[in-house]
Amino acid sequence: MSEVTESRVQAAAAGGALAELGALTAKKPRSLWSNAWRQYRRHRLALAGTFVFLFFVVATIVGPFLWGKSATAIDVVNAMQPPSLEHPMGTDTLGHDVFARILWGGRVSISVGVVAMLVSITLGTLIGAVAGYFGRFIDSTLMRFTDLFLSLPTLPLLLLVTYLFRDRMTQTFGPLIGMFLLVVAIIGGLSWMPVARLVRAEFLSLKEKEFIEAAHCIGAGTTSIIFRHILPNALSPVIVAATLGVGSAIITESTLSFLGLGFSPDTPTWGRLLYDAQDYIQIAPYLVLFPGLVIFLSVLSINYIGDGLRDAIDPQHTL
Amino acid sequence: MTRYIVRRVLIAIPTLLAISMVVFTILALAPGDPLSEFALNPAIPPEVRQNIRKNLGLDDPIPVRYAKWFRQVIKGDFGYSFRSRSPVLDLIKMRLPTTLAVIGVAYVISVLIAIPIGVLSAVKQYSVFDNIATTIAFIGFSLPTFFTGLLLIIVFSVKLGWLPFIYRSTIDTPGLLGVWEHIKQAIMPVTVLALFESAALMRYVRASMLETIHQDYVRTARAKGLPARAVINRHALRNALIPVVTIIALGVPAVFTGAVVTEQIFRVPGIGSLLITAIYDSDTPVVMAITFIFAVLVVIFNLIADIIYGILDPRIKYS
Repeated sequence: MSEVTESRVQAAAAGGALAELGALTAKKPRSLWSNAWRQYRRHRLALAGTFVFLFFVVATIVGPFLWGKSATAIDVVNAMQPPSLEHPMGTDTLGHDVFARILWGGRVSISVGVVAMLVSITLGTLIGAVAGYFGRFIDSTLMRFTDLFLSLPTLPLLLLVTYLFRDRMTQTFGPLIGMFLLVVAIIGGLSWMPVARLVRAEFLSLKEKEFIEAAHCIGAGTTSIIFRHILPNALSPVIVAATLGVGSAIITESTLSFLGLGFSPDTPTWGRLLYDAQDYIQIAPYLVLFPGLVIFLSVLSINYIGDGLRDAIDPQHTL
Repeated sequence: MTRYIVRRVLIAIPTLLAISMVVFTILALAPGDPLSEFALNPAIPPEVRQNIRKNLGLDDPIPVRYAKWFRQVIKGDFGYSFRSRSPVLDLIKMRLPTTLAVIGVAYVISVLIAIPIGVLSAVKQYSVFDNIATTIAFIGFSLPTFFTGLLLIIVFSVKLGWLPFIYRSTIDTPGLLGVWEHIKQAIMPVTVLALFESAALMRYVRASMLETIHQDYVRTARAKGLPARAVINRHALRNALIPVVTIIALGVPAVFTGAVVTEQIFRVPGIGSLLITAIYDSDTPVVMAITFIFAVLVVIFNLIADIIYGILDPRIKYS
């Protein structure tokens, strides 16, 4: 983009049209990403979603240090207190401060979402790229494999695998890390298929383009063509899928925890808080309300971010 | 067409085989022993335990066990539950009607809500109605079902006391009063499922309708002076619904698995809650059977979606 402007600047100068030169140099050249940003800014809800989600991320990182109360300190005397100034979200059956637990649990919930998304995007991109680039036998084998994974009943399998392997994982890696690795691996391992299909489709069309032919001609190697030349051009739909993937991974983890098959009670993820709260729904509805609300708000804001990104960077969706 | 259907069915069979093998292997490789309860029981000496293992066939290599299981399944026999000692098929048959009733009603309602709202939203794009409908739909599918369920319980059971929040299959009040009790306890689970499903479906209907409205043949219909109603109903809607029907068919298995969560919230005694208890009890035959049934549903409804699409859209060529 800037090269084009420069050559036009030279042409204008050569033609002696100084006025045009002034007008051109005054305008800053626009890059692909600044264009996307301009488009993104116009989507007000996406922008609001970005702020809300960033707020959640910062709050869960910094919050536990600023909020003096412990997430694990037991205070039975003050158990089951409704929300007050002292405990803005009340206390649970053991007198834990729910606000502190939500801040602490948010770290786990959000990082499960992000890391699970990274796993699924990496798997999906690799499989899709290899299938799309090499084609033929490799492609049909990998796509059969993808179809097989798509027909697996996801939720029952998730429940089953977590239940069956959680003891071994927590014994090997400790309760927090072991469970984290397990949950992230299964969520990622059962959600890469749509990304693989997307990436494969992009690769199929991009590999026939002239600039790839040019890359072949200058002697670029296979890895370099896949990762340096094709992949960056196939990234837009992947970024959108990745954003939405964080939201659905957060929901999946909460569902697992909600069914009692996720993290242990001393790791208060948002889903786990809901699971513990549901038995006291009659006497302490606020215990359900706050964790549910943070799950809902973070997923809603992520979905709006994804919506805005789709409008901004996915060329097929530009109106 | 017939040849196409036959070929699709033939492809579906190896998929099912592969899925059942995957699930079987996961179950077989998993640590944890269905006989662990006996290990703690001092009345059962180790030799007896060994004999039980042998009789149950737990010491055979995995492929042999799989072959045995598969031969039985072909005959419609899923074995006996480790826990309740009754045939798995009977357990499932006992639970299935409840699940089918709740899910069926919810899905029908969500289709009935989603189609008119989606169509109206697309026809009056960017109107107030459209904005409200799309916002509600966006919120609807960002709301995790476990949170909607708990919210409804707080409002309608705890605060207002209108609806019971535990589902009982043992209601035996005679006459209309009994029917009313059945309906009353189904209202919340059905609402939760219907809200989520209709939100997702409505977005599809709207997108598909928007695409059709801008087609040339719709413009032609308008140009030849047909009234707006006829253009929308006869020319646009019929074509817009083709992909929607496919989505409805593809969504059925997902509703089934999604019901696992809803059944857990409201304690509905369906196959979802059977699955959860079976997983907790390491009741391998039951878990295997339900997961396999879910997989069969996925494959069958994929097949149905493909066939319906072929029938509805004569432009699709099968070669």
